[in-house]
Amino acid sequence: MFYRETGQFKTNYADDQAIFPIAQDRWGIYIILGLAFLAAPLIMDDYWGNAILIPFLIYSLIALGLNILVGYCGQISLGTAAFMAVGSYASFKLMTSFPGLDFTIVVILSGLMTALVGMMFGLPSLRIKGFYLAVATLAAQFFLIWLFNKVEWFYNYSATGQISAPERTAFMFPVTGPSASVLYKYYFCLCIVVITALATKNVVRGRIGRSWMAIRDMDIAAELIGVRPVYAKLSAFAFSSFLIGMGGALYFGVWLGAAEPTEAFGIDQSFQILFMVIIGGLGSILGAFLGAGFLWLLPIVLKNFMVDMLGLSTAFSEHMQVIIVGALIIIFLIVEPHGLARLWQILKEKMRLWPFPH
Amino acid sequence: MNMHSSVNSTTAFDTSSQSDQDVLISLDHVSLSFGGVKAISDISFNIKKGEIRAIIGPNGAGKTSMLNVINGFYHPQEGTITWRGKVRRKMKPYEAASNGIARTFQNVALFKGMSTLDNIMTGRGLKMKTNFFWQCLRVGPALKEEIANREKVEEIIEFLEIQHIRRTPVGRLPYGLQKRVELARALAMEPELLLLDEPMAGMNIEEKTDMSRFILDVNDQYGTTIALIEHDMGVVMDLSDRVVVLDYGRKIADGAPKEVQSSQAVIDAYLGVSH
Repeated sequence: MFYRETGQFKTNYADDQAIFPIAQDRWGIYIILGLAFLAAPLIMDDYWGNAILIPFLIYSLIALGLNILVGYCGQISLGTAAFMAVGSYASFKLMTSFPGLDFTIVVILSGLMTALVGMMFGLPSLRIKGFYLAVATLAAQFFLIWLFNKVEWFYNYSATGQISAPERTAFMFPVTGPSASVLYKYYFCLCIVVITALATKNVVRGRIGRSWMAIRDMDIAAELIGVRPVYAKLSAFAFSSFLIGMGGALYFGVWLGAAEPTEAFGIDQSFQILFMVIIGGLGSILGAFLGAGFLWLLPIVLKNFMVDMLGLSTAFSEHMQVIIVGALIIIFLIVEPHGLARLWQILKEKMRLWPFPH
Repeated sequence: MNMHSSVNSTTAFDTSSQSDQDVLISLDHVSLSFGGVKAISDISFNIKKGEIRAIIGPNGAGKTSMLNVINGFYHPQEGTITWRGKVRRKMKPYEAASNGIARTFQNVALFKGMSTLDNIMTGRGLKMKTNFFWQCLRVGPALKEEIANREKVEEIIEFLEIQHIRRTPVGRLPYGLQKRVELARALAMEPELLLLDEPMAGMNIEEKTDMSRFILDVNDQYGTTIALIEHDMGVVMDLSDRVVVLDYGRKIADGAPKEVQSSQAVIDAYLGVSH
């Protein structure tokens, strides 16, 4: 009743092709952005920032990157954590080699470097598909992590083998290092995520995005209408790795502050992000956010509920949490294999007809 | 009738004597084999600008392989292909596409996850040139290009009468409409040569009538040269200007529908011969 496009006429193609052609959607996104930019600072403290909002934003960015590759271009990758590591180590080397460099530029350069590495590991995709490609990307996971452990240059010969982020600023505000304020960190991540999400949406609804989806849905037909598989696949790998690399730089620089390759960038990290993409919805921008929210926030909600409200022991609730989240994943995949984004879409379609569905 | 006489019979309908000016593509002595299996052996024929050329023959005759050779999906081991007067060697499918050869498939090969509109827009990919950075911003030239191409696509949508399914994901469409969307996607490329692989397979009479009308209209309005494979002989005989008949990878007849229909070799191939 409240959600329908009746009376909203489009008189040109630009309006018709808008991201949110329906006014109610547009208002919804303005409200969410308003809350994120204006209301979040009111509740911002160390817990909300470092445990909830900042990791949620960073995981959303990384899931968005992986979604380009898996959801839009149909190339399965299990090397996500390794690409995050590339972004992290690139940002670490840039921060320590060029102390005066603005962190925004560090993040972008780290992304570009990851894009190069991603393209390199994307080369097998020109020959192999599906599960075989997944195994090939697994090579990236193990090789790169080994490399970052082995070659001391990457962690500046530190005794522990760890990397830790020095204090750097973005637009004069300190965003990395121990003394950076949570609020600055949050705003920095939020701006990057909003801008990249918008750019990603623009790319996927344009020529390049359509060529990715064409390769995903029917690669032979795509080639016969003039999509070059080499360009489409490698550009997907590059753009995906660019976002993942930026996410990795934020993950290490802004959120963790210190990292050690085997733990922070393990294979379970890769799977975690792949699950975010699958649960959120393959081939959907919104899905990346929903998936990251589901897999990052739900365990926190469950933990708070079980420990604080039910008074259960921490160890018990941690095990329960894994079981419940696992069960929910299975249930979701049975009920709606296309993920949360599709559920939202179905809900919107229902709402358009409500209360007279026939 | 044995193999030799069937090959000889092609000379009766040989059409190589017309001027080279209006020949769009000509295949000379093309042979294609997969390992030991000969899919096409020594076939020569041409397609003239603006005509509707039918390729017919019993199952497994090599018709689809023939189309695959034309749009560069298979590379023949022997023979030459002359496209617009130029002999071309190996050609990749996307090169064929940018040279103006479009194609539909025997089993619908649409992009299932995309809407009708996006499917057809994908066909405009070769006409769109703005780079990645403009696409990220989607302002200025990128937006202008997108809208200009959308206008073209809308023309095609109107032409094929599929306005009502613009936003529908193609996976949800009935078969007949899917075939029509596939035709729309091929037309979006503004091809010079349109290859249709069984455009009417599995359709009812009404859908066949519609599709025939669209094919004639495309040929008429856009001047597109069409090569089509079809099993419905009524349709083939009514639509096409010239017909080439294949059997077991060989050409057994070539000429106007009437001539082909009365060819003994063709009748034998379709009905069988007693030995």
